Amino acid sequence: MAKAHVYKRDHVNTDEIIPARYLNTDDVTELASHCMEDLDTGFMAKCQPGDVIVCGDDFGCGSSREHAVWAIQGANIGAVIAHSFARIFYRNCINCGFYPIELHGALEKINDGDELEVDYKAGIIDNKTQGTKIEFTPLPDFALEIVNDGGLLDHIKKQK
Amino acid sequence: MSMTITEKILARAAGKDCVAAGELINAQVDMVMCHDVTTPPAISMLKEKGIDKVFDPEKIVVTPDHFQPAKDIKSAELHKRLDTWAKEKKLPYYYKVGRAGVCHALLPEQGHIRPGEVIVGGDSHTCTYGAFGAFSTGIGSTDLAAAIATGVLWFKVPESMKFVLNGSLGKGVYSKDVILEVIRRIGTDGALYKAMEFVGPALKEMSMAARMTITNMAIEAGGKNGIIGFDETTKRYLDGRLKGKTDYTVFESDADAVYVHEDTIDCSTLEPMVAFPSLPSGGKPISECAGEAMDQCYIGSCTNGRIEDFRIAAGIIKGKEVAIRTIIVPTTPRIWKQAIDEGLAEIFYDAGCVVSAPTCGACLGGFMGILAAGEKCVSTTNRNFVGRMGSPKSGVYLASPATAAASAVEGKLTDPRKYL
Repeated sequence: MAKAHVYKRDHVNTDEIIPARYLNTDDVTELASHCMEDLDTGFMAKCQPGDVIVCGDDFGCGSSREHAVWAIQGANIGAVIAHSFARIFYRNCINCGFYPIELHGALEKINDGDELEVDYKAGIIDNKTQGTKIEFTPLPDFALEIVNDGGLLDHIKKQK
Repeated sequence: MSMTITEKILARAAGKDCVAAGELINAQVDMVMCHDVTTPPAISMLKEKGIDKVFDPEKIVVTPDHFQPAKDIKSAELHKRLDTWAKEKKLPYYYKVGRAGVCHALLPEQGHIRPGEVIVGGDSHTCTYGAFGAFSTGIGSTDLAAAIATGVLWFKVPESMKFVLNGSLGKGVYSKDVILEVIRRIGTDGALYKAMEFVGPALKEMSMAARMTITNMAIEAGGKNGIIGFDETTKRYLDGRLKGKTDYTVFESDADAVYVHEDTIDCSTLEPMVAFPSLPSGGKPISECAGEAMDQCYIGSCTNGRIEDFRIAAGIIKGKEVAIRTIIVPTTPRIWKQAIDEGLAEIFYDAGCVVSAPTCGACLGGFMGILAAGEKCVSTTNRNFVGRMGSPKSGVYLASPATAAASAVEGKLTDPRKYL
């Protein structure tokens, strides 16, 4: 079961997700070990594979570093749910085959520690702790196709 | 159908007569900017996927900048991967250390930016080039890989916002203060997914360097691109400078083009601005914040590290001793040499500043001026997020080169107008 790690914050930026002092490498394991470090130094210690990050508006703003998505993927985060995403981060997620879940009001519907199950196909988050089913707007078809192909480069290869 | 300048450029790149906001298009890319942090992973991805090719070597510009010259072994490895690839692909516009500079200062200076083109780069501040009437936006490594290999990327045509810059900037007030005011008004996601178009009489009086400071920070409001139309100033900058293709197409927004938001800034009434930690939208007029003690001053970056910026800073610092450690970072080798030739480097030396080689350096917390816990830095850079220039417990105060220089002299946030 995936556990929610809720940060009642807007504008969580890519400097917090993966600080620039670690950008001298693109080794995913190393990046993952510093995931969310400048937001919460204890994040990696309490995070289990499949867990979910929940935030407010404008998640992933700032630098275009895809290292932020790689750190999250490398840390085996199951999903990121946010009220809204910054443009480049959102695009990077899709390009890496990682489904960004846009859910307005997520911070009111999910509490820290809630057990969640995400059904991407149906566009539903099952909040087991609260006994609620939360609908989210699924990705547009073209983006879903890229995610399902495993990312942009595999998508391009498949088209050729 | 009426269109904005952004829509016209994207329509041209998509091979269409017209496009509308919200439409998904496949656009031909005219220029791809590559640097040392986001390009090496893109190169590895292309090799791994077996699509290791370059769509057009003439349309790719490469410069190490973030950690150049290499700050440690790991960044040296990134540079080695970039170097090997650029040589293997025989890229004609590869700027090696000694010719390398901060990408968004270097590419325009070296004549790689043309109006009307679609430009992408593996860096969020790629929006800088919109100052030349181009559509320019930052992308991640996977998009970069796709652009390098195919020269085509998908885009959603952004809605446009219009910012009318009226009046004239007063003494001691600069384009940095204008963009900090714009971001203060609309917030760091006020332009999310949108094009930020800047028009108005105040722009006419601004140099290309000053205009680039404005478009550079479009991303700090969440913008997809920032854009300023072509005029005589643009033409004068480009004449005799362009490398390779010297012709270009000038686009203008139609008078009845659609904007989702319009805002007017009276530049005559603006004060010097300082954006407090930890968001670029934290702008305050200097009259409300002068006196806040600082530990460091940093003058450089793709936002404000051009020769015009160092002239302004040197004008204030000349003949004085700086009260805090002050780090001057020219962004390209040419600007570095100009700073020496014009006597600016000597002024900085005499005042007790340190002058660095071109690099992105401490702007993103790389090296050359990292902050310790509890320290505060007045900086001409673009971001003041938590930990941006070092310790997560340090603070970055964004300001113009004039405000930064005056603050360096006094060791606290200072209104530069008293020194002008």
